[in-house]
Amino acid sequence: MEWADFTAGRTGDLHGRAIREMTNTTNTRRDTLFDVEEMELNFGPQHPSTHGVLRLKLKVDGERIVDCYPIIGYLHRGTEKLFELHPFFQNVPHTDRLDYVAAATNNLAYVGAVEKLIGLVVPPRARYIRTILCELQRISSHLLWLATHAIDIGAMTPFFYCFREREIILDLFEEYCGARLTLNCMRPGGQPFDLPVGWGERCAEFLDDFPSKIDEYEGLLTNNRIWKKRTVGVGVLPADLAQEYGVTGPMLRASGVQWDIRKAMPYEAYGDVEFDIPVTYNGDTYDRYLVRMEEMRQSVRIVEQCLDKLPDGLIMAKSPRVLKAPKQSDAYFSIEGPKGEIGFYLVGDGTPNPHRCRVRAPSFMNLQVVPILAKDQLLADMVAVLGTTDIVLGEVDR
Amino acid sequence: MQELRDILGPTLFYYAFSPAIKIAVVVFVGVLPLISYLVLAERKILGFIQVRTGPNRVGPWGLFQPIADIMKLLVKEDVIPNKAVKWAFVLAPCLVVGPAFVIFAVIPFGPSAAQTGGGLDYFITDVNIGVLFVVALATIGVYGIIIGGWSSNSKFSLLGGLRSAAQMISYEVPQGFSLVIPLLMAGTMSLQGIVGAQLEQGRWFLFAFFPFGLIAFMIYLIAGVAESNRNPFDLPEAESELVAGFHTEYTGMRFALFFLGEYANMIVISAVAVTLFLGGWARPFPNVEALSFLDASFLPAGLVGVLWFSLKLSVFLFVYIWFRGTFPRYRFDQLMDLGWKWLIPLSLVTLFAVGLWKVLLL
Repeated sequence: MEWADFTAGRTGDLHGRAIREMTNTTNTRRDTLFDVEEMELNFGPQHPSTHGVLRLKLKVDGERIVDCYPIIGYLHRGTEKLFELHPFFQNVPHTDRLDYVAAATNNLAYVGAVEKLIGLVVPPRARYIRTILCELQRISSHLLWLATHAIDIGAMTPFFYCFREREIILDLFEEYCGARLTLNCMRPGGQPFDLPVGWGERCAEFLDDFPSKIDEYEGLLTNNRIWKKRTVGVGVLPADLAQEYGVTGPMLRASGVQWDIRKAMPYEAYGDVEFDIPVTYNGDTYDRYLVRMEEMRQSVRIVEQCLDKLPDGLIMAKSPRVLKAPKQSDAYFSIEGPKGEIGFYLVGDGTPNPHRCRVRAPSFMNLQVVPILAKDQLLADMVAVLGTTDIVLGEVDR
Repeated sequence: MQELRDILGPTLFYYAFSPAIKIAVVVFVGVLPLISYLVLAERKILGFIQVRTGPNRVGPWGLFQPIADIMKLLVKEDVIPNKAVKWAFVLAPCLVVGPAFVIFAVIPFGPSAAQTGGGLDYFITDVNIGVLFVVALATIGVYGIIIGGWSSNSKFSLLGGLRSAAQMISYEVPQGFSLVIPLLMAGTMSLQGIVGAQLEQGRWFLFAFFPFGLIAFMIYLIAGVAESNRNPFDLPEAESELVAGFHTEYTGMRFALFFLGEYANMIVISAVAVTLFLGGWARPFPNVEALSFLDASFLPAGLVGVLWFSLKLSVFLFVYIWFRGTFPRYRFDQLMDLGWKWLIPLSLVTLFAVGLWKVLLL
């Protein structure tokens, strides 16, 4: 993979030029006067910006990263095996603990797979409620990403602003299902609860206010010279490399690949609402930032439309009390989570438990490119790259 | 004291004790409380910027928080890592704090007795090479950080120490050049003399030789923020990258000394900026008669000077805190770029221009 080619073919806009300059300066290996020895630096698992318990073995030449080797497994809990031990209904709480900052989307991917496996048809109202929850979850997950990403790069204040708004979303979740993080808010076949009285109004109130809050974050960061210097041209991920590694979500779309399961294979209520998929083409940290910021705006649009169109009716499909998968059946169902394509592959064997469950975790796939993005960058960029991949270790290790 | 004076004789007593006692009084009565409440102010202002309250548990509005913090740091266990180089590890914090405090000796935070017609000298000593003294002592602080980073036997500390070595040395150059410009304008190196010159010329050096005074001031401000390791130049202790940088392995009071040093440096750099560019203890527009009510003549003149000085100083300190609430952190190579490619050439050009102006036009 020639990175220089990737950046040289870029049109001569300012952004592209900045990328070229930066990749040139950081990629050249300096001739040294003396013999130098690379230092091995253990980055994590106890480190402020590894977002959990990721461990990176870095080889550094001064500040320049020569080699990066992620070591995972510090949060391995055997979740996939746990799925085999419980009936389909009881497995939903396990999914909360995969990507623990985006429980609703995990829930949806799992219950979607169960519904596909067993053949349950979800009533429209439940589908809309699911869409609303997932999009709110996407906003809250992106807010957490922005908060930590900004604080990694040294901007302290966006952290508090983001948590202020995330708090409101968590309050909404709490009102809906009683939990704030581990929501457990979906069931195979529908929704456990209807929306509480007045919930829609409170949600709409938040949505009215939220775009101005996004402007506030962008006011602090988007045109900030230092922010741009730290992110433009850092961790450039070419589109073909992204596809080779199975990178999905905002990371893929920032590299110019127009792929979003919400549009490509609409599930739940996404076919009924209008929204755009933001795509940028430079594939650097700054572009990934722009994509996620715009995604939050689009999520607001989706939730607003869903609240308007919310149909009446049942929230739960007629389903047997004990769900049994047909013998020798399997199903894969994936959705667009905040971090990328999250999918569940379930194998049924005629019992109430899944025979095997496999989670396609976007964080795990996205983490694979981190060593490539970090190579030949500076130590400070390592943090930016790690922040921009938006990994959650609960999902990586499972 | 009287006995000591009798034994040593007045001259020796004067040279041995008088400045030391003055420094001790200024540091313990003035600077240390100022630092501890600066920390509180920082936390409160940051809290205000970041839609939260800041400390509010200890005393009314958290006013006793600094005392609680100091108590906590004093009684904490003092850990020296097993494989640290002990003497260097112990020496480093002292090297950071000591010089920062000693610089206060030359800073005129009020008028001299001669200027007010009797009374107190509102400075410890007036060295005729004041600016040089400040620059020389400020440089020593770097050693503390480098030694601290190196002796801790931690890779993160080492990286932090290396960063600070490169950063502080490169930013001392533009800082030095920008300090020469007020010297050219005033014709003296004594800090008290520079304030006097600004009084005489009736303008702050910020506005003298427009726009070169302003440029020099901006360069000094930027380099000063970098010198004191504050946002957006806080690379040596960049939390998200280097855990805590050079003081990763420090605990308890030793850590507190680094902390004190950083804040003392902030105050020193602001104080020097106020003295050199903003007219020191003089009121704004010292020659405009219409504004003479700003002299508040019902108060002792010296005290008014101190008040003006503190006011200007607090504006600077607020700006420091404001920076911290607003900016992301620079990357190491970008920091070097800014220093060597922009600040140093710009400061040289400004210096040259001011010199030329002085020679040709005045």
